[in-house]
Amino acid sequence: MSAILEARGVSYLSGERRLIDRVDLTVEAGRFTIVIGPNGAGKSTLLRLLCGEIAPAEGTVTLKGRPIRSIPPGQLAHLRAVMPQASDLNFPFTAFEVASLGAEGIGRGLRRQDRVLIAAEALNQADVAHVAHRNYQTLSGGERQRVHFARVLAQLKAGRSVERDQVLLLDEPIASLDLKHQLALLHRARHLAESGLAVVAVLHDLQLAAATGDDLVLLHDGRCVAAGPPAAVLTAARLTEVFGVTLIPDALPPHPWRLAAETSRPARP
Amino acid sequence: MTALAIRGGAPHSRRGSRQRLLLAGLAGLVAVVSLLAMSLGATGIPLARVVAVLTGSPTREGGEALILLQVRLPRLCLGLLVGAALAVSGALMQGLFRNPLADPGLVGVSAGAALAAAATIVLGDALLVPWIGPLPFGALPIGAFVGGLLTTLGLYLVATRNGRTSIATMLLAGVAFGALAGAIMGFFSYLSDDRQLRDLSFWSLGSLSGATWVKVATVAPLVLPMLLASPFLARGLNALSLGEAEAFHLGVPVQHVKAMAILLVAIAVGASVASAGMIGFVGIVVPHVLRLAAGPDHRFLLPASALLGGALLIGADTVARTVAAPAELPIGILTAAIGAPFFLWLLLRRQGGFDL
Repeated sequence: MSAILEARGVSYLSGERRLIDRVDLTVEAGRFTIVIGPNGAGKSTLLRLLCGEIAPAEGTVTLKGRPIRSIPPGQLAHLRAVMPQASDLNFPFTAFEVASLGAEGIGRGLRRQDRVLIAAEALNQADVAHVAHRNYQTLSGGERQRVHFARVLAQLKAGRSVERDQVLLLDEPIASLDLKHQLALLHRARHLAESGLAVVAVLHDLQLAAATGDDLVLLHDGRCVAAGPPAAVLTAARLTEVFGVTLIPDALPPHPWRLAAETSRPARP
Repeated sequence: MTALAIRGGAPHSRRGSRQRLLLAGLAGLVAVVSLLAMSLGATGIPLARVVAVLTGSPTREGGEALILLQVRLPRLCLGLLVGAALAVSGALMQGLFRNPLADPGLVGVSAGAALAAAATIVLGDALLVPWIGPLPFGALPIGAFVGGLLTTLGLYLVATRNGRTSIATMLLAGVAFGALAGAIMGFFSYLSDDRQLRDLSFWSLGSLSGATWVKVATVAPLVLPMLLASPFLARGLNALSLGEAEAFHLGVPVQHVKAMAILLVAIAVGASVASAGMIGFVGIVVPHVLRLAAGPDHRFLLPASALLGGALLIGADTVARTVAAPAELPIGILTAAIGAPFFLWLLLRRQGGFDL
């Protein structure tokens, strides 16, 4: 598989503080890359750099070989989708309308009805079809997060009418979800990676990260401490150094949680 | 296809079909209110004769034709343009600030435009007239436009930090701008002579009574393009309601959309303040009622606001002309009397307080 999204010596400063400090990162198509690290390590900032939202102070981020900040937003939206940590809405959009925002204006040769189907299918995949006509503002935190996942899925699907090589970036996508939906969302993300997308997620749960990710990227104080397969990254010494906790090696991931395939799509009655 | 598992039929049909129905209904409402506005007034003219005059049929009553074509029709056109401009600029500002409480009147944009118009009247007379003779007719709308633009930009700069717009800061800054504009207006009225004083009180109360075809011809070239351009911002504003970063992720050129929205608001508010003074609350009541009826999708909201805004202002103006006939109430008094309680109700209806 080939590198699709690359960061080379990327730094980002907020005032004097280096939120991201000379990070190199290669994201390959067809792989699920998970960014881990303690609070304030710079995970979200790294994601914002990778999606082209903010410009690095040093270094470059390239998407398919092009500097990402030079790609016009309209074109970029076909190439990558981003699921933010949380976003509030001050207007009473329905869940369906929020998901539809992902499919509007993206893609070529799609009829109105196609876009409706894309949004509806995405809601189904995120298991929020049953709240499609409810006001987003009245949904629970977990339902809102799944509606945004649906919006992102819709954007990818619509974008695929133009671009095959896509990147999906997820910022703590399971923070508000119950266990069933955590597993379902990660399984869906895995599935997208297996179908050829490059998927990057920020996660806090090391065990889920180890169980679902192909590669882990461990951030600490804005620097990339380790990157590679879970077993290589998650050593006891490193976890003590970075997270300040001592873990018993037996209990280290990836052993405790296994993601069984059948938990992925619980059928709705 | 599993996509159709959404209950209740085709997923977009509920709001979509209601929106189309509502747009058609609003167009009908504009027609009905317009005919009533032509017919009612100090001199009642039966609807049949209104239609006859408008369709060009010869009538025996030359006076009626004069009233209809030279007094009421220009006033109707001006009212439609101003009402549409105010309601659409309200919807645009609310989309821009991501908050249903933003309104050009509430946050001082109208006051800024009126102040610039007042400055044009008072200072223009003192400073420019001795040099260039009588001010050209376009001076007032241009002055008001510049005032509206500067106020909107100033407001945006004050309220936005790091790409996030604080609605609390915006409302408070609006209060400050309004107070400042009011103080300077007071100073102007202290300086001005009787004629200028009359003009100034006209700006602050708002009225369509000075409507002429010349005024319509000055306002239309500003407001019509603005109304036609606004739907092109609809998708951008929809995405923007998720946040600026999210809108960018969805492929929206955020800075461009924001700049366009500010420009259109300034044009609309400038043109309407210059021609009809400060008419408050249309921009907050109209989009809000429409959101309650058929949702916040700007592709529907912007054209629907134009229609309902026009109909509302024409209706209010007809009441203002007839309720104390032959005297006239300033229409700004009427819209404030309806709008201010509505705004309070809006605040009370929000349970759990207001998240600024």
